[in-house]
Amino acid sequence: MIEVRFFAALRERVGEDSLAVAPPREVATVAALTEWLAQQYPQVARALAATPRCMVAVNEVLASEDAPIAEGDVVALFPPVTGG
Amino acid sequence: MKCWIEVRDGALVSAEPANWLRDAGLSGAQVQFAGQVRDEAGRVKALHLEHYPGMTEGVLSTIVEQAAHQWHLNGAWVVHRVGTMQPGDDIVQVAVSAAHRHAAFEACAFIMDLLKTRAPFWKKELIDDRWIWVEARERDAEAAAAWLREVSAHEPS
Repeated sequence: MIEVRFFAALRERVGEDSLAVAPPREVATVAALTEWLAQQYPQVARALAATPRCMVAVNEVLASEDAPIAEGDVVALFPPVTGG
Repeated sequence: MKCWIEVRDGALVSAEPANWLRDAGLSGAQVQFAGQVRDEAGRVKALHLEHYPGMTEGVLSTIVEQAAHQWHLNGAWVVHRVGTMQPGDDIVQVAVSAAHRHAAFEACAFIMDLLKTRAPFWKKELIDDRWIWVEARERDAEAAAAWLREVSAHEPS
């Protein structure tokens, strides 16, 4: 399983805090995962389309779209951060 | 170096960082930044901040470590507020102590600029009875990128 977490505007657009998913083995990067999620979950496709320039964290560390993902990872998707 | 990192669901107290950093003569300089809620000409009635618990603390620790690697610091304090707050309230405190002022000024600015673009916090504002997410600013990303270029230029190759 991979846990996908959503934050802020993206969470509100998806309507869920998180999803537990089991993508096929060939889904091996963050980019492949978001593409697969968008195919499986129409609300994720709509939310991602409405949230340009999403940021990604894998296991609580900022990551790029081409970062590898593996079983047990926590992948967080969120809009650009606005703290401070 | 001593270091205090905290995400707080409650009011910040402006005297706290200075008192905590006090080190009886070790440091000759202390710089403190406070970020506050703007009312944007009276339009913003409240601000709400959410974050990614766990990741936030990790990112803030990493930023302080990077600063300590670049400047000789004696202490660093980073406390960020979450939850709902009012215009004029403090959102974030960054304070550092060092032997000399340049290190303290620069490290404080560095920590703040990286926090703005890397720490997982999100703001929404209450405007005309509606909560509206705040959009990230391009110039914040540019400020962080400029520090990282400067820092990497000084890294031993």
